[in-house]
Amino acid sequence: MGRRVLITGLSSFWGGRLAQALERDPDVEVIVGVSPEDPTCELGRTEYVRVGTHHALLRRIVDAAAIDTVLDTRLVVDSAQASRRAAHEANVIGTMNILAACSGPDSPVRKVVVKSSAHYYGCEPDDPAYFDETMRRPHPPRTPIERDIVEAERAVRAFAERSPKVSVCVLRFVDGLGPDLVTSHARLLGLPAVPGILGFDPRYQFVGEDDIVGALEFAARRDLPGTFNAAGDGVLVLSEIASLLGKPFAPVLPPLGTGLAAVAARRLGIALPAEMLAQLRFGRAVDNRRLKAAGYHFRTTSRETVLAFAEHLRVRGIAPRAGTGYQYEREVEEFLRRSPAVRRGSGAA
Amino acid sequence: MTCPPLPALGPAPPGADLRDHLPALEPDRTVSDWGRSERLESLVDRTLYGFLYHYWFRCEVEGIEHVPAAGGALLVANHGGALPPDASMIAKAIREEHPRPRPLHFTIEHWFKTYPLLGAFVTKLGGVPAHPANVQRLLTDEGQLVLVFPEGAKGTEKLYKDRYKLRRFGRGGFVEAALRAEVPLVPVALVGAEEAMPTFAQLGLLRRLTGLIYVPLAPLPYLPPKFRLRFLAPVATDRLGAAAADDKGLVQEVADEIRARIQDALVDMLAQRRSAWV
Repeated sequence: MGRRVLITGLSSFWGGRLAQALERDPDVEVIVGVSPEDPTCELGRTEYVRVGTHHALLRRIVDAAAIDTVLDTRLVVDSAQASRRAAHEANVIGTMNILAACSGPDSPVRKVVVKSSAHYYGCEPDDPAYFDETMRRPHPPRTPIERDIVEAERAVRAFAERSPKVSVCVLRFVDGLGPDLVTSHARLLGLPAVPGILGFDPRYQFVGEDDIVGALEFAARRDLPGTFNAAGDGVLVLSEIASLLGKPFAPVLPPLGTGLAAVAARRLGIALPAEMLAQLRFGRAVDNRRLKAAGYHFRTTSRETVLAFAEHLRVRGIAPRAGTGYQYEREVEEFLRRSPAVRRGSGAA
Repeated sequence: MTCPPLPALGPAPPGADLRDHLPALEPDRTVSDWGRSERLESLVDRTLYGFLYHYWFRCEVEGIEHVPAAGGALLVANHGGALPPDASMIAKAIREEHPRPRPLHFTIEHWFKTYPLLGAFVTKLGGVPAHPANVQRLLTDEGQLVLVFPEGAKGTEKLYKDRYKLRRFGRGGFVEAALRAEVPLVPVALVGAEEAMPTFAQLGLLRRLTGLIYVPLAPLPYLPPKFRLRFLAPVATDRLGAAAADDKGLVQEVADEIRARIQDALVDMLAQRRSAWV
């Protein structure tokens, strides 16, 4: 019998691409995607349910579809993407609700994969050069998004302890970078010059789009209980990133009063969220060797990810973007999935 | 909000040797994963370090053969002078005198990272924050040379009248790291740094006003004393086994022995030198 998968956050880049990847896998029998917004990429056999993170509704879906694997890709890791309250709602309350929908003695769920973020570790001057999964952050979280992520992971841990039958995997991703990903870092590196804080050259890691999807898919297929860092090999420094992108490195932010300068920059349309300012100052790197030891092979290194992003930046606005122009139309999708008039099984399905 | 200890989540992945999974070298890069810049380092090495090493301090090196040609090793040295040039001169000595020159990473205190320019500069020259995990990774996983100053800031803030009197050797963390990594410990005695920038007084008021770690009353730039470096015979901690790192008594014993060896070498070198300057 095939796997029956529920993906949360289907409308996000992560959820959508993951669903596309799982659709190609014949072992995955059923894919149900939920999110409060319509999907943004074209999906074949994935069933989409427009629902938020209400636990009673989710539980009904989980039970009715006999879902055995829940892939939670919905965590907000960039405070420029959602208001503080919305991010808290999604990260803390949403995670609690999704876990509540998977718990219970008669729940069909046997596996939960949670996409988390390296923001879990924070950025402080007394950090180790490489965080490994067993390390705790040296200080309590300082920014709201870090606080949310720490709290969400705590809920996941408590769930894992309560439910010994469920295999729980947490993947802590470093900053993603790629043509289809809209993040604060992508926007920052897309500027004509790469801004930095005067006198600091932070260490950075990136994970490519394919590896984000690849690592999630790997975790979904394998029995991989535990926490794993996901980052491309190699650690770059910001000035090196600028030169890889072929742009000048402009350390224009003052080392003192950086927060005020960030407010001014926001007026100019450059979002510098608090967690990013900490990264621009102290940098961060994680040790990705456990995920590699578990058998995952990263397709691109941090450097290759930045080089691929540089190629994308050069043709941005010229080359058509993959996946744009896709508009989710409920009636069309329903017709394609349910109507007896549609010929299935030949390519299109 | 505080962060209580979190219970482990599920079993750790099977105990595979993580050394097999280190990132591959990318030959096009000039910056290492630690943030060390080959280009800046070789520039500073050719100009400033070369000048200081050959002409200003006229370094004299003994026992360079005690630095292993391959594999990890922890170098332990005395620390002195307000802005100590000792790390750079030890690195330069290995590069100049060693039959197989190797890069040297030196540990820096965490506050370096908070100082603009200084922190970035020191990192690019091979400074690594003195976190046990960093030393562990460099020694065990990457097999590199690491230099530590166990006296830390206590060594550099001491006054000229206390020169060459070793301070407490931290809490022995460096011995623990070497034991756990099963690498040799090489003590290094260095004479001259205390005269290069002697501290005559500590300006406490200025320190509080500026928020720096200390504000010494010291001559700037460096005075030109002659440097004498002596690499001592390695302490064979590599044969004690990794489990020895948990024996606090043994760790303190080894730390004290290394401290005594460096102190003895310093006394010997000071007794032999006729002048601090030639």
